[in-house]
Amino acid sequence: MKIAVADYGAGNLRSVCAGFERAGAEPLVTTDPAVVREAPLAVVAGVGHGASALRGLEERGLAEALRDRAAAGRPLLGICVGLQLLFGESEEGGSGLGLLAGPVRLLHARRVPHMGWNALSVTGGELLAGLDGADVYFAHSYAAVPDEPVTVATVDHDGPVVAAVERGPLAGVQFHPERSDRPGARMLRNAVQWSRSA
Amino acid sequence: MVKKRLIPCLDVAGGRVVKGVRFQGLRDVGDPVELATRYSALGADEIVFLDVTATIEERRPPLELVERAAASLEVPFTVGGGVAGLEDARDLLRAGADKVAVNRAALEHPSLLTELAEEFGSQAVVCAIDAKDGEVFTHGARRARGVNAVAWAVEAARRGAGEILLTSIDADGTREGYDLVLTHAVAEAVTVPVIASGGAGNAGHLAEAFEAGADAALIASIVHERPELLPALKAELKERGWPIRR
Repeated sequence: MKIAVADYGAGNLRSVCAGFERAGAEPLVTTDPAVVREAPLAVVAGVGHGASALRGLEERGLAEALRDRAAAGRPLLGICVGLQLLFGESEEGGSGLGLLAGPVRLLHARRVPHMGWNALSVTGGELLAGLDGADVYFAHSYAAVPDEPVTVATVDHDGPVVAAVERGPLAGVQFHPERSDRPGARMLRNAVQWSRSA
Repeated sequence: MVKKRLIPCLDVAGGRVVKGVRFQGLRDVGDPVELATRYSALGADEIVFLDVTATIEERRPPLELVERAAASLEVPFTVGGGVAGLEDARDLLRAGADKVAVNRAALEHPSLLTELAEEFGSQAVVCAIDAKDGEVFTHGARRARGVNAVAWAVEAARRGAGEILLTSIDADGTREGYDLVLTHAVAEAVTVPVIASGGAGNAGHLAEAFEAGADAALIASIVHERPELLPALKAELKERGWPIRR
């Protein structure tokens, strides 16, 4: 299955592509809004700074393409900063796409960034089927704080932190599946499956 | 709760993994990507590649190596050594590195840490500090900088570093244990994660580093010689009650 990986000029897209290739999909890194609008699955990924990521999307017409595909009910997956971009105002500066309600806030914990392997508490959804209790890799200082019941997994870092959200064809994961060993590979295969049925 | 990490460090020179004692007497121990892939399969939580000759020879960061590693590895990896500025760091991250480690360039131009954090997020920025008797050294541990290591760690984190990779020059390669005083001082002084480095010889040493406040422990010579030791180390630490990834 073809996957459009939105190229907004920052972030680590090669690794995400390699992960989807291992999951049997055909990822394509693209700056073309038409491809991002129409592909069977679109992915926003990367380790970039939230505000510069949205600016990069806006400048290339990709933010509009992503909003269009969300409005049309086509599947969209955000990874790490990509999850945060689905939400609204960010304490990191700027705003996200506003597709899901709620802000993005700085983590309050003894250690920030939240860096390393942490166990998922999965409460629902399709993306993380079979992954309750699995350790996956996190590397982030900010996290989404949803104002609507979209959270399908949390992780404990001096309190619960949102690890995954899902609402119909919109989904996001805060961890890095492409660097999360076997559980990450499982999640990427789940994502391909989910996008076919979403 | 986030797990304590075991991070094999591959010192790279001329495209090969090398290991020395107290930064001297480098010897060849293998191909970087082959070793990293093997460590990943054995349960390494993360990998660090440090180009230990880059600063001295003014070489460019090893992009070909990073691209190969990015395609093969299913755990995160950090690349450092000879990262001269924003362009080098950007090249490394685009080549597939999850994080870049900056050492001398950050010390000489601390604003680099802020620039990197603003563009890539601080989780992608590691400040590597080589210390001896509490003082920062650069140039493969050959040049004293007249800077206190704890004070520099605090400033580096304040300016945007998302992690401190703290190496004790005296302990490096000795297998006699980490510098616990230094590790504790830095881990107490900063709120970003701290990776203890230099001196790992057995599971007890790693436990001591975690006890001292380290979030992760770098390991090198002990696993380069016997990679199968990695799962054994993790099992022993888990038995001692530390949160360790299976």
